[in-house]
Amino acid sequence: MTGTDWPLWEVFVRSRRGLSHTHAGSLHAPDAEMALRNARDLYTRRSEGVSIWVVPATAITASSPDEKDPFFEPAADKPYRHPTFYDIPEGVRHL
Amino acid sequence: MTTTAPETEVLAAVFDAAVAADERIEPRDWMPDAYRATLVRQIAQHAHSEIIGMQPEANWITRAPSLRRKAILMAKVQDEAGHGLYLYSAAETLGTGRDELLDKLHAGRQRYSSIFNYPTLTWADVGAIGWLVDGAAITNQVPLCRCSYGPYARAMVRICKEESFHQRQGYELLLTLSRGTEAQHAMAQDAVDRWWWPSLMMFGPPDDESAHSAQSMAWKIKRHSNDELRQRFVDICVPQAESLGLTLPDPDLRWNEARGHYDFGAIDWDEFHEVLRGNGPCNDQRIGQRRTAHENGAWVREAAAAHAAKHGKATA
Ligand SMILES: [Fe+2]
Ligand SMILES: [Fe+2]
Repeated sequence: MTGTDWPLWEVFVRSRRGLSHTHAGSLHAPDAEMALRNARDLYTRRSEGVSIWVVPATAITASSPDEKDPFFEPAADKPYRHPTFYDIPEGVRHL
Repeated sequence: MTTTAPETEVLAAVFDAAVAADERIEPRDWMPDAYRATLVRQIAQHAHSEIIGMQPEANWITRAPSLRRKAILMAKVQDEAGHGLYLYSAAETLGTGRDELLDKLHAGRQRYSSIFNYPTLTWADVGAIGWLVDGAAITNQVPLCRCSYGPYARAMVRICKEESFHQRQGYELLLTLSRGTEAQHAMAQDAVDRWWWPSLMMFGPPDDESAHSAQSMAWKIKRHSNDELRQRFVDICVPQAESLGLTLPDPDLRWNEARGHYDFGAIDWDEFHEVLRGNGPCNDQRIGQRRTAHENGAWVREAAAAHAAKHGKATA
């Protein structure tokens, strides 16, 4: 088995407690354990993380890349979901 | 993906508009074949430079003059391996895997920066590389953080953060030597004398001879021309050299009030092309060592794969 056959892992790092894991990059490794070790050496050499997730890239299901994708259309015509949609008289506080 | 001609036209218009609006292109977006090929070539050359660049400095790890310097140098060389990996990952998002790129490097079919074909003759070379070679790399790379291709730009952000330590440790090393004994000072000066001109060559051929520049600028892969970046680097280095108490080996170097820049002497482009052609002092040694390292690592890759198979954790 050469490197080509090793699965691709996507790496997510939590930079500190209280924050979500964020995508940091990817790497190849033969198994999850090696993927974690390599991710530590590759993405947290300067204490950039307190927790790492590695996810097989093939396990990710993505929406289509097109930003005008009809997939996201249901959100486009619902401005009333945003607080700025509403007119509130001047002087009303804590709202 | 098969698309009809009018569809391609629409896709190309969407791509052009995204680039014009300074938006990032992401891996699954449609992109022109030539854009993809240009990026793969540039990212591969960049990745190869990072890992070949480990060799001239690793040459001094066992002979570092103190434990402090040794720990610093090991950390720097390890960073360069990391930079290579970030970049191979970025290339992979374009559909070209690391193994394929390494095969091409080993076969001499893809290039790396010509600077790494020069030898590191003394300890002071480690300082000169950090200051000048990493310094030139930073000047080149900072604008790449805004490159139109998202994964490449993100890799560059990470790399640039790490490079500033590389440059500063080199500068500090040279400063220590420069302020040391007469022999140490001379060693520092000699290293700067040898690395200055090859560092200026790192920005590539002059603008009127640069084959890919115009298209790369139009695609916003490149943001500044070779000569522009080279000038920026010279302007930064001159006062830094003064603070080091060292001189730069160019009798034509002087401030030009009218231009607001330093004028500098002619670069020996024959030397540059000779080194690119494979006739630099260390070309064969660098590629030879890279191939050997890859072959010597085969058992580690095989063992890791066997371990994964045995424990059934290769889930992907
Ligand atoms: Fe680097
Ligand atoms: Fe570096």
